[in-house]
Amino acid sequence: MNEVCFKTLDQKDPWSLKTYEANGGYSVWRKILKGEFTPEQIIDELKTSGLRGRGGAGFPTGLKWSFMPRNADMQKYVVCNSDEGEPGTCKDRDILRYNPHSVIEGMAIGGFVMNATKGYNYIRGEFMEPFYRFEGALKEAYAEGLLGENLYDSSVSFDLYTHLGAGAYICGEETALLESLEGKKGQPRFKPPFPANVGLFGMPTTINNTESFASVPDILAKGGQWFADIGVENSGGCKLFSVTGHVNEPANFEVPMGTSFKDLLEMAGGVREGHTLKAVIPGGSSTPVLTAEAAMAMTMDYDGIEKAGSMLGAGSVIIMDDSTCMVETLTRLAHFYYDESCGQCTPCREGTGWLYRVLKRIMDGNGKADDIDLLMGVQDKIMGNTICALGDAAAMPVESFLRNFRKEFEYYIEHGKSMVKG
Amino acid sequence: MISTTAKKQIDNWIAKYPTDRKSSAVMEALKIVQAENENSLTPEAIQAVADYLDMPGISVAEVATFYENYNHRPVGKHTIRFCHNISCMLNGSDDLIAHLEKKLGVKTGEVTKDGLINVKKVECLGACVGAPMFQIGDQYYENLTADKIDEIVDGLK
Repeated sequence: MNEVCFKTLDQKDPWSLKTYEANGGYSVWRKILKGEFTPEQIIDELKTSGLRGRGGAGFPTGLKWSFMPRNADMQKYVVCNSDEGEPGTCKDRDILRYNPHSVIEGMAIGGFVMNATKGYNYIRGEFMEPFYRFEGALKEAYAEGLLGENLYDSSVSFDLYTHLGAGAYICGEETALLESLEGKKGQPRFKPPFPANVGLFGMPTTINNTESFASVPDILAKGGQWFADIGVENSGGCKLFSVTGHVNEPANFEVPMGTSFKDLLEMAGGVREGHTLKAVIPGGSSTPVLTAEAAMAMTMDYDGIEKAGSMLGAGSVIIMDDSTCMVETLTRLAHFYYDESCGQCTPCREGTGWLYRVLKRIMDGNGKADDIDLLMGVQDKIMGNTICALGDAAAMPVESFLRNFRKEFEYYIEHGKSMVKG
Repeated sequence: MISTTAKKQIDNWIAKYPTDRKSSAVMEALKIVQAENENSLTPEAIQAVADYLDMPGISVAEVATFYENYNHRPVGKHTIRFCHNISCMLNGSDDLIAHLEKKLGVKTGEVTKDGLINVKKVECLGACVGAPMFQIGDQYYENLTADKIDEIVDGLK
């Protein structure tokens, strides 16, 4: 446990350059500066490692990096997505607070591979403690000559800056993040063109999640195969899981992909005293909810969670015990998407409002007999009909809550009160 | 409208972006100016930021109204930003918000009579392992209980 992104966690000043270097940090970057690595080698190792995007989409990182037109004669950018805000997710915050240098080294390596000499780390506006930590780490790295121009007299240059958000979940969507970095409303762009061709300031850009970047240095230090072997087929390495909700000891755990859900639940101290497991959202609020039975049989990897009927997402495991009213929970999630929809696409802007208002009316005791059909119809009309994935993210919980816990919704509509809470 | 100190702070942000991309600093410029003006933005403040960054006023107004961190009416000296999303809700945030409202004698969205505090329900702040939690200024307060809230709030000046 805690082998890669969290490996400095239990040490003195885990965020310092000294601690990072004592654990082998910047050894890969220093090799690159001595000319001991080629971009092609790095991409091959990353492909071997099976590292997939840790922000939620799960796209293979090595493949993504290979899409950049590295020889194009223009400024290219590397951008880190630290705009963490999916309900249930709080892992990147801890990487930034406790191991910021791993993100810096990962981004610098990305810059070398993609021939991008400038990088930005987009940190959500509320993350001020992580922001100051990361800024402190940047200062250390510059002072040590690890960032800047013609580093250690090589031809390699990499400058890295922070950018702060201002409170918008949608900016975690990569093209909305780019808009925001350009000083605009965070409304997602149409793809294509993809950011690798037309990204930040119109230049080729690659965006990765904080955890993805933080995983890169160790993969290259110890080899892609080493990382792949930690995990299971199709899900290389280890992954951070944020286990929250009705557990005794909520925390972030970095465990091998393929760990059983049962073991992960135990690490978090199990379900609260006197209660039994009712439901689990395995990958953050956007991923379909599972019944206790489905969750208990599941392994924590891309295929394992998909087989159980949901998605790994960002690894945000939300535990709900038998005291949970599923109508109330879905209403809260629906409010989130209603609040956070950027308003650009009609199905999402209007649909998220419909979902929330219909659920609210059920909660207020004014539900109508055909409200379940209405909710199903609205979510179906959002699904797949928007520019970005926020629409789908709003729709998926609705479909899965209604499918797995339909009786509770029917009861609420019929009796005007919660089946669980009365 | 924008003080010399604030301009210096904004310039530090401008320096991070390409020379012809000053507008990238708009989000921080608005925060800096907001902090100088009792934590809210007037149309005049928005225009001042626009002028300073050579941007059309409407572009800055779009940003100022799109993101949640900006206020457009008077708020308290301290804003308590209480997370009410799923992990916090499962851990009793609704009861604690009610406790806080009762203690302060205001509803969420209102400012205490002395102008010191307002409470805002916000969406996930990304500290779910510490639920229930809220934010005041730069700081997160986690694993809240009614007693802990009383202590924190009583310490606000």
